[in-house]
Amino acid sequence: MSNPSDLKYTESHEWVRIDGETATIGITAHAAASLSDLVFLELPDVGDTVSSGDSFGEIESVKAVSDLKSPVNGEVTGSNHALEDDLKVINADPYGDGWLIKVTTSEIPGGLMDVSAYEQHVAAEA
Amino acid sequence: MSTAEVTRNVNTPACPADSADKASLPLTIFEKSSPGRHGVATPSTDVPDVDPASVLPKSAVRAEVAELPEVGELDVQRHYTHLSTLNFSIANAFYPLGSCTMKYNPLVNEKVCALPGFAALHPMQTDDQAQGMLELYWRLEHLLCEVSGLDAVSIHPTAGAHGELTALMVMRKYLDDHGQAERKVILIPDSAHGTNPASCTMAGFTTRELKSDARGRVDMEALDNVLGADVAGLMITNPSTLGLFEPNIKRICDKIHEVGGLVYMDGANMNAILGRTRPGDFGVDVMHFNLHKTFSQPHGGGGPGAGPIAVTEALAPYLPVPKVEKDGDRFRIVRCSEKSIGTTRGFLGNSGVVVRAYSYIRSLGERGLLRVSENAVLNANYLRIKLQDSYRVWVNETCMHEFVATAKGLPNDIKATDIAKRLIDYGIHPPTIYFPLIVPEALMIEPTETESKETLDKFVAAMKAIRAECDTAPETLKHAPHSRSIGRPDEVKAVKEPRITYEGDNKSR
Repeated sequence: MSNPSDLKYTESHEWVRIDGETATIGITAHAAASLSDLVFLELPDVGDTVSSGDSFGEIESVKAVSDLKSPVNGEVTGSNHALEDDLKVINADPYGDGWLIKVTTSEIPGGLMDVSAYEQHVAAEA
Repeated sequence: MSTAEVTRNVNTPACPADSADKASLPLTIFEKSSPGRHGVATPSTDVPDVDPASVLPKSAVRAEVAELPEVGELDVQRHYTHLSTLNFSIANAFYPLGSCTMKYNPLVNEKVCALPGFAALHPMQTDDQAQGMLELYWRLEHLLCEVSGLDAVSIHPTAGAHGELTALMVMRKYLDDHGQAERKVILIPDSAHGTNPASCTMAGFTTRELKSDARGRVDMEALDNVLGADVAGLMITNPSTLGLFEPNIKRICDKIHEVGGLVYMDGANMNAILGRTRPGDFGVDVMHFNLHKTFSQPHGGGGPGAGPIAVTEALAPYLPVPKVEKDGDRFRIVRCSEKSIGTTRGFLGNSGVVVRAYSYIRSLGERGLLRVSENAVLNANYLRIKLQDSYRVWVNETCMHEFVATAKGLPNDIKATDIAKRLIDYGIHPPTIYFPLIVPEALMIEPTETESKETLDKFVAAMKAIRAECDTAPETLKHAPHSRSIGRPDEVKAVKEPRITYEGDNKSR
């Protein structure tokens, strides 16, 4: 699955789509494929605040439990709790229906990668 | 070498190869029930019947007769004997499960443990009636002090993670007692066992991840960047979960001490350094042992285990109670201690495990323990060298008691799971897979010191045969195992909808 070029990426394999003051956050296709079959997802609720680099939830697969790390600071305005009942959506459509949270944010932190830098990062980790 | 050949060579009594009949799923004991069948014939009672409802509270009396299986003694015997043949243990075959130290458990330990003075002892008996057991605890504490290079031991905790939690509570209390309540951060390398951050959180700390460098060691620059006045300590596994000794361990401990923190060592991998080096000598303040790994116990079913902790003199007053003390030539249980964190487990923990560990240490002696670590390291390196051309070893340098290879990059999209499942067909327990998390498609292999060269060679042959199958028969691997009644259970469903109770007729499957 190709990674969209209009997104920013983190070293810990989250993506963020910035649209005005709204940031939509999910995990990359690479992350979803590496985790394989997902069994559990914990997301924050609307109104919670998230901080760049800190955990905003966790995701568990048959292999491992991983923290979800926020790429931005801000307040949660949307949380895709529907995924908790159908985690396969994250594997099937990580950049679309598999989004995790939406956050209002006023600034974009430095250090996020564009798609080519992210793909180099994935290749370097191998 | 063909599967059949390997399977035949590996000395397993119940390991059908690809072509053999699969073992069928056993019926539950309930499904073997036949109305009116009994195991024993009891004589008719010669005392008057009592109606339970007349002597018991209403809540304790059943409204309906309990549904129990009605089977003969032979049915019961066959049922459970059959179930035991479906189990896999070190007594069946090779069990290279990384980080678990599945070594052979010498039978002398069982014999000692079964002595009536130990086995029949009741935890409520008085100190006077339990002098032998108390002396054994006291002696084992001193042996563990010697092995760890630390000053005091508590045998209280009953598992590795329980040891972690207890030790972190001791650290917390020590820091609070010394006006350091604001220190809340524990540094944990990214290769750590998952229990480490969990224990920290339970003990009221927060965790900060420490990056490994390209060689799987603590990145010293990254360490400098996370040190500060809020650091309560470091929790480090040495040798690490990559099976690598941390060469900078002394410098790392010094740096933590310089900022006022304590160093905790996860002793899960003590088997590699037993008698060679001592954590207390390289700067560790507190550690736990897994008696059931390092000092041989049957384990792998969730218990019983023991996770004693060893600490420096400064931390000793905070150890849990009850503990055994020597008073003249008598031994007694001390139940209160002014600064102790209190009790984290009833009585004195799992005493059977403690007796076995003592028996193991005393029967091997100092030289024997040295040979344990020597052979554990030798065996792991032998396998690493033999397999390095077939599987990529993640950090391919001299390892300790285990090493981590990766299935990443194997042809035909073969995963670590496929290799592991296929090993079952070869009559070998799979290694640990997908751990440590910093290695993709990890295969973590720990042979232990108790395996012979012949067994190791058979494992190498099986792994090489499977590597060849990656090219020649990938579909065989992707659907392995082919020789078992259950091959690839739906793990997601098993987690999400576990059915762990018998629900009556026709509902148990």
